[in-house]
Amino acid sequence: MSSADNALPVPVGRPRTRAPRRDLWRFLAKRLVAGAVLCVGITLVSFVLTQLVPGDPAAANLGNRAVEDPAAVAAFRAQYGLDKPLPVQYGVYLGKLVRGDLGESQQSHRSVKADLAEYIPATFELALFAIVLSLVVGVTLGIVAAVFRDRWPDQVLRVVSLAGVSMPTFWIALLAFFVFFYKLGWLPGGGRLGPALTPPPRTTGMFTVDAALAGQWGVLGSALEHLVLPGLVLATYTVGMLLRFTRASMLEILGNDYVRAARAKGLPERVVVVRHVLRPALISIITVAGLAFGSLLSGTVLVETIYSWPGLGQYAYTSAKNLDLPAIMGVSVVVAAVYIAINLLVDLLYGVIDPRIRLS
Amino acid sequence: MEPLLRVEDLRVELPTRRGLRPAVDGLSFDVGEGEIVGIAGESGSGKTMTAMTLLGLLPHGARTSGSARFDGRDLLTLGRRQLRDLRGRQIAMVSQDPSTALHPILPVGTQVTEHMRHHLGLSKSAARAEAVDLLATVRIPDPERALGAYPGQFSGGMRQRIAIAVALAARPRLLLADEPTTALDVTVQAGILRLLDRLRRERGLAVLVITHDLGVMSAVADRVAVMYAGRLAESGPRAQVLAAPRHPYTRGLLDALPHPEAADDPARVALRPIPGSPPSLGDVPAGCPFHPRCAFAVPACSTDRPEPLPVAAGHLLACPPDPLPRDDAAPVAEGAPA
Repeated sequence: MSSADNALPVPVGRPRTRAPRRDLWRFLAKRLVAGAVLCVGITLVSFVLTQLVPGDPAAANLGNRAVEDPAAVAAFRAQYGLDKPLPVQYGVYLGKLVRGDLGESQQSHRSVKADLAEYIPATFELALFAIVLSLVVGVTLGIVAAVFRDRWPDQVLRVVSLAGVSMPTFWIALLAFFVFFYKLGWLPGGGRLGPALTPPPRTTGMFTVDAALAGQWGVLGSALEHLVLPGLVLATYTVGMLLRFTRASMLEILGNDYVRAARAKGLPERVVVVRHVLRPALISIITVAGLAFGSLLSGTVLVETIYSWPGLGQYAYTSAKNLDLPAIMGVSVVVAAVYIAINLLVDLLYGVIDPRIRLS
Repeated sequence: MEPLLRVEDLRVELPTRRGLRPAVDGLSFDVGEGEIVGIAGESGSGKTMTAMTLLGLLPHGARTSGSARFDGRDLLTLGRRQLRDLRGRQIAMVSQDPSTALHPILPVGTQVTEHMRHHLGLSKSAARAEAVDLLATVRIPDPERALGAYPGQFSGGMRQRIAIAVALAARPRLLLADEPTTALDVTVQAGILRLLDRLRRERGLAVLVITHDLGVMSAVADRVAVMYAGRLAESGPRAQVLAAPRHPYTRGLLDALPHPEAADDPARVALRPIPGSPPSLGDVPAGCPFHPRCAFAVPACSTDRPEPLPVAAGHLLACPPDPLPRDDAAPVAEGAPA
């Protein structure tokens, strides 16, 4: 630039094109420490809560006869450390937790870690299927609703989203089960694989992925088929929710000057909608999607029960029913960690979408 | 030869809750190549709607009549597709506030090049090279780097320069500048106005400046049209309209300019507002729309619609009483409500 033009306003600060890496690492470290502290806090809360529940684990786990026998009860309590004072019990639990030991389940007599390793991938697979489906369908329909605001596609979609969020999941689950499995026989009604098949060699625990890795296409097909019904049922709610949020945040952005400016540039409407409107709208969409994914991951008892899906929801339910304290605690810690991880992921995505967040 | 843009008897009606109401009513003006024409008026006088009409970006349900011929084609009768091909490519817009008109989360480079590539079919690298030139033209320091930066990293004046670069990217022939300096400091304003003036000289760009600020007009416009409540009050060469205004409304706008030197001079009034406020859409009084606020109103003003009539070469005036003294040195009329 010419130095003669001295009336030139000076730019405030040099534009930085790339945020320093160091800031990202500091951010991650801070969030991970905070997450760990939060996890410990959650173990305390769930520990206290399990103690407040009226009921005795010994009574729940031992048979009727054994409960009558003081010696058997004392042995059970000693085995699981229930005879020690509560603070000591909690201290022992924490000490094990730090070493990655979640204790032993009182029902399965296996380590809680082994139980979780079996159930989590099943839930993760289902939740991932449902959230991807919901994002594709919900966001697309939300865009359509916003673009056709107050015209007939919007009116139709308003009913769709209302139905999606207000129909009870268990009812949709039963209805879908009845229609697509019982009446039409199009889709399997439960489980993760056809009865004649054996699970693929375990790598991730997710049958679809493992089957694909092992090249077992028949198994992959069956696993996908089994995902469809529970996945669709779980997705009805999230589709309705994402549709509404996408529409609302798109409409908010559509009113901005910069959208008018984009139109004034003569860009095709598709480019205006996707690049100039959808991108900023994604901020609120991923916030909602993150929360929805979290609740899908923490297991959905009703759907998992109706479709005999051996996931975290079913595990949590049976553990709670049997007052299986180590299992309940294990589930709590996992769910807490899942939410913390998703929140962190969402925050990182904010930075990817919006440079203002990345740079500050 | 016909000028690049000739607007004749333009009428724009906008949908309101009480039906269609005129936002622009019988407006005519020309903008020639390399010329800067200013449209002045308070907010609500139909200035921005005029720009939106020329871009074909009126709200749903708006109705237009009259004509707006750009390069021989009537913008009011073009199809959506043809208008879209014209927007950005032939007619571009710079709007009031660069902090809201630039997309906050798209890199400057994308915003400068996207329509360049769409309209001109340039490759990514060619568009980038041209964007660098363009940013240098509007005097953005370190243009290469600016391409990867975001609008939030620049000051207000720099953002407006970027917005102008964005508007110029697809090499338009007409630039609509809607309050291009309103959101900026006075010193920065001057820089932007000089830039517009330079672009018109160097590129033969036609510029339509829309503003409420007659100070901006006097700095750059060749010709000025003053609008009130969607109608033309007065138009003509800048020197005539601003130095010797014939319409009481123009006089009022000039008096409403702040005079910083008045602080030391008791004979001058720092700033004299026009009493009252402009009518809202659909509430325009009968007769001359300005008559309720006019110190010179005569009974006929409240009944007869004044038509713009030539009073000098190229000077139109829509005020039959023509009450103002011809000599600008004469005492300024007291702005008492009629």
